[in-house]
Amino acid sequence: MITFILRRLLLAIPTLLFISLMIFLIVDLAPGSPASQIPLTVPPEVKAKILEQMGVNDPMPVRYALWLRQFFIVEPAYWIDSLFGTTLSEGQQRIVSWQFRGPVMDVILERIPQTLMVVGSAYLVGVLIALPIGIYSAYRQYSAFDQVGSFVAMLGFSVPTFFTGVLISYIFAIKLGWFPTVYDTTLKVTDWESFVKQLRQMAMPVMVLALANAATISRFMRSSMLENMTQDYVRTARAKGLSERTVVLKHVLRNSLISVVTVIAIGIPSIFGGAIVTENIFKVNGIGSALINAINVSDLPMVQTIVFIFAILVVLFNLIADVLYGLLDPRIRYD
Amino acid sequence: MPDGALPVLDVKDLKTVFRTRGGEVHAVNNVSFHLQPGELLGVVGESGSGKSVTMMSLIGLLPQPPADIRGGQVMLGDIDLRTAPAEVLRGVRGKRIGFVFQDPMTSLNPVFTVGSQIMEPLRLHMGMTKAQATERAVELLELVGIPDARKRLKSYPHQFSGGMRQRVMIAIALACDPEVLIADEPTTALDVTIQAQILELVKDLRKKLGMAIIWITHDLGVIAGIADRVMVMYGGQVVEQAPVKDLFARPQHPYTRALLKTVPHLTGARQARLQVIEGQPPILTAHPTACAFRARCTHRFERCDAENPLRRPVGHGHDVACHWVVNAEVAHA
Repeated sequence: MITFILRRLLLAIPTLLFISLMIFLIVDLAPGSPASQIPLTVPPEVKAKILEQMGVNDPMPVRYALWLRQFFIVEPAYWIDSLFGTTLSEGQQRIVSWQFRGPVMDVILERIPQTLMVVGSAYLVGVLIALPIGIYSAYRQYSAFDQVGSFVAMLGFSVPTFFTGVLISYIFAIKLGWFPTVYDTTLKVTDWESFVKQLRQMAMPVMVLALANAATISRFMRSSMLENMTQDYVRTARAKGLSERTVVLKHVLRNSLISVVTVIAIGIPSIFGGAIVTENIFKVNGIGSALINAINVSDLPMVQTIVFIFAILVVLFNLIADVLYGLLDPRIRYD
Repeated sequence: MPDGALPVLDVKDLKTVFRTRGGEVHAVNNVSFHLQPGELLGVVGESGSGKSVTMMSLIGLLPQPPADIRGGQVMLGDIDLRTAPAEVLRGVRGKRIGFVFQDPMTSLNPVFTVGSQIMEPLRLHMGMTKAQATERAVELLELVGIPDARKRLKSYPHQFSGGMRQRVMIAIALACDPEVLIADEPTTALDVTIQAQILELVKDLRKKLGMAIIWITHDLGVIAGIADRVMVMYGGQVVEQAPVKDLFARPQHPYTRALLKTVPHLTGARQARLQVIEGQPPILTAHPTACAFRARCTHRFERCDAENPLRRPVGHGHDVACHWVVNAEVAHA
């Protein structure tokens, strides 16, 4: 198992390098220039100097090599310095955002908690409601419960979040006035009152995203349960005199979870990437909206870095999914 | 086998119907049989003759719906399994009646260790502690001839061969010392040498433990070597029932006769071709009102189309459901 993980991690290095190059090339092809962000009142010579300093005019390979060095050497060195008080990164330039003129990483680390709080809890809520729904729908296939569940699931993944988001916002925030329309990032949870406030402002985005997540996962759970429910070992379990509860929740569920858990693990990176639209609708200042803004103002280092972090997460969670698969299914051994 | 003793299992007029899209399928039609303590009853018939469905109906292992057990009585001691509540049935399954199924490759749960699967009924029915159940599981694995039993408890089913898995299935079925073991084609999925080993094992276990066995198969050779009494099924009905020697020596029903002719012989003149029974077994969409075998029968006459024959005794412990046989008996007398 350990050798398997090490081998996969080593293999991930060329994969990620290739991905980073692809991202860099594609981002570089995009139209627009950071110059457009500099006010028109700035004289052209000054403007040219600013751009020169930002390194905008350097040839592509130079900029790519610089970014690689900054991402893989300078940034880790900086974090080691701030943790242990060393001076590894002294005099080294970190990745700098063209729009904020400050380190990209600081912005990203500031945004991630918002995303995790809203989108992460939506994913968790989605999983927690999807599993029992999937299990029960499969156990009572074609019952009224299953039909309603299938219908809601179809809605959940066929109606896009930018529509459900606006709809829910209209009903609950504007018509009923239960929840605020704008997410207040500065809110600090210190007491019961602010906690309730936090819950209220999270409610709508969590609802929208949880519906979408629960829709997919409950369908996976249901079909995986159905597939296992008709297996011979289920008959064996019944023939032993086990109760329906044990048969379904132990024998069938344990087998069904193998594929569902991997699906859930692979879906986790989408917490960061997939919620871009929802974050924008509810004005949650998360990593997704940071990416959208960076694209709008041609902040190439920011775009490059955020997209690359998504790529790392995707590769990492794919590995985690594979490891989980091996742990859950005794027939699979990675050695 | 003692003839006068009370049967462990007494089935009367069991009737099972499947509701399908294409209408009803009458899979088991008024099947009656009994099983004496310590007896090995062989059940033969071709695919779709209702052998397995009958045995699954006994103990409520068929999913309902689509199955619907319409009538009959299944007495195990003094409990009627057909009308008993679900908890009572669960208490019987795995404890008083053990099951071994056809395909050992898929009948064990792949994600649990063999040990935990053997211990499950022990802990449930016998209320054993984990330690007691472990000891008993080791004993059971040794009983079914698995070497290095204690170590193998921690193995998963995929680490066993087909024959070994069937031994594990037998160990599970025997875990709680059942009065009845129902073996549904337990050797069909195994190759011939392994088949012989499993047969030897069952014979041996029967001697040691003395439980009654119902052995479902379509292999007449297996039946001849192992059974005390044989029940031949066709079209969801028992068409003939006799002690094993009697059945092979004096088969009565045209279907049984035809079935025995299909067995190739090693001695004697070589036949040009193997015998077959022409035609297909029927799919009964209604309760049979005529003989189910009439379409393939060489002795068919008017009465076969008009009336479904009932089983009548033709010898000691030998009965048969056939108008032609009964007519012939009457003519003799």
